[in-house]
Amino acid sequence: MWKKSKSRRIFEVFNVLFMFFMMFIMLYPLIFVLNASFSDSNALIRNGGAPLWLPLEPTANAYVMTFKNPLIVSGYLNTIFIVIAGTLVSVIMSAMCAYPLSKRGLMLNGIITKLIMFTMMFGGGLIPFYLLVKNLGLTDNLWGLIIPTAISTYNMIVLRTGFAAVPESLSESALIDGAGHMTILFKIMIPLAKASFAVIALYYGVAYWNSWFHASIFLQRDSKQWPLQLVLRQILIMNDVQTGETAIDQQQNIAESIKYAVIVVATVPILCVYPFIQKYFTKGVMVGAVKG
Amino acid sequence: MAKQNAVTKKSDVKKVGYFARLRHDLAINKSLYLILLVPVLWYAIFAYGPMYGALMAFQKFNARLGIGGSPWVGFDNFVRFFSDPYFTRDLINTLRISIASVVFYFPMPIIFALLINEIDSRRFVKVVQTITYIPHFISLVVVCGMIKTFVASDGIITTLVSSITGIEFKESLLNNANLFTTIFVGSDIWQNIAWSSIIYIAAIMGVEQQLYEAAAIDGAGRLRQVWYVTLPSILPTIITMLILRMGSIFSVNNEKILLLINQLNAEQGETLSYYIYKKGITNADYSLSSAAGLFNSVINLVFVVATNYISKKCSDTYLW
Repeated sequence: MWKKSKSRRIFEVFNVLFMFFMMFIMLYPLIFVLNASFSDSNALIRNGGAPLWLPLEPTANAYVMTFKNPLIVSGYLNTIFIVIAGTLVSVIMSAMCAYPLSKRGLMLNGIITKLIMFTMMFGGGLIPFYLLVKNLGLTDNLWGLIIPTAISTYNMIVLRTGFAAVPESLSESALIDGAGHMTILFKIMIPLAKASFAVIALYYGVAYWNSWFHASIFLQRDSKQWPLQLVLRQILIMNDVQTGETAIDQQQNIAESIKYAVIVVATVPILCVYPFIQKYFTKGVMVGAVKG
Repeated sequence: MAKQNAVTKKSDVKKVGYFARLRHDLAINKSLYLILLVPVLWYAIFAYGPMYGALMAFQKFNARLGIGGSPWVGFDNFVRFFSDPYFTRDLINTLRISIASVVFYFPMPIIFALLINEIDSRRFVKVVQTITYIPHFISLVVVCGMIKTFVASDGIITTLVSSITGIEFKESLLNNANLFTTIFVGSDIWQNIAWSSIIYIAAIMGVEQQLYEAAAIDGAGRLRQVWYVTLPSILPTIITMLILRMGSIFSVNNEKILLLINQLNAEQGETLSYYIYKKGITNADYSLSSAAGLFNSVINLVFVVATNYISKKCSDTYLW
């Protein structure tokens, strides 16, 4: 193509350097956490705020302590249940909503779509929602973290877009062959709109994995029911407020590296699957963007 | 029978009543409507139910009596809310954080996308994207936990800031209310700049190559091509994103506020949604909290509709 000018070359060099800088900024905090989690707590405190390039006086004590914490273990199990059951319920509910709405010619589709879209812009607020869930008896119950938030309208629309792209003739011919709409939905639409399904399943899965706020207001009786993120909040956020930063008793010293180990334990699973699911996420952003 | 067949003629359709057509529609599409019934019921209960519940904003709500039995008090709760000294403070805090986010966060992904677009090696782009997306996948609790430890008095960020500015910090930067917005928006940029740039990168890739060629023939260098071709081409995307952003100008991510707030930074960190949380969940003053919530919801709705309207008038970009 065109020959590159000198200023263009200089720009390109700086641009690449800038990108390396960005990657460093994004990765270093994680490397620091990883190093700190394998460091000895006292060494860590002596080190203060200096950057870590390798663990100090390497030890896995923090991990031993982390897995001894019964709340971490129960939190993990609760989160796994919530992610699996929640994603299943959410995907099925979204499909049941998106499939009829993707059909042309249903008289009520227009008004129902409008009423659903309206809920994206307006809601009753936190307390009415909280009292509703409470009155339905869904508090202190893991299903209370799933059912009230089962459908995300945004994800539902992503799925509807995917369904709308499947030719109408396919489901029509299946109807003529005597298939019911449920059969069409599960046997034809799900395989054909696979990409959209993958996208929203991942979105739901990650949302359930990350959620803690509803758990913090709905599960106030028994901390054994807490999902992992709520346990993390207790360890990472709440502890910090009470323990003064100057107190240097043994208990707190261990806590220093435990915090980092907890972060690693809670983040590694997501980062392990991340390279494989990244492209679906990117796709999801696009689909949502097209349809708004 | 002859009459029924005539219904299919277009000129006659109007004569058949709406409800008759509806009944016909419901009959032939019964199985589809049955499938739709489950999610519609879900929306009725979990999306519209709380809207009905929000009526308690106009009541002296008593949980035992419920919405049906509690006494109506008109706008008393709203008067209480607006005359609360925290109302003004929290409103200003909400706007401060939101506006800081629009000014400092919003342009970042666009700049990042433009810079990425200038890299010629596809493989290097892939590497940069994969790595810079990572923070987006870390949970908010963990990110805030990291912020807390990094900005503690002996944290790595505090040390870095000290060595640059020469100021000694004796306590966590989070305990300094004046730094709350900076920490809040700064960490947002760190976590989401690359992820938010995806949409702009896609828009840039959609720009027709001929436009660049034409601009180059006219003598435009790369910088001018970006200014006169790329930016105008992705302007609709930018405006759409700006509408979405402006629509939520009165709401700040409350989960993040909850994770970062403490008694020392509440002066600048407490937002309206935190107020709603505090009054409702912590103090169990349901009516006041609902009034505040309703105010917040209405103002958000007004803003979405208004920004969309303005954008529709001033440019061709709008959401509906």
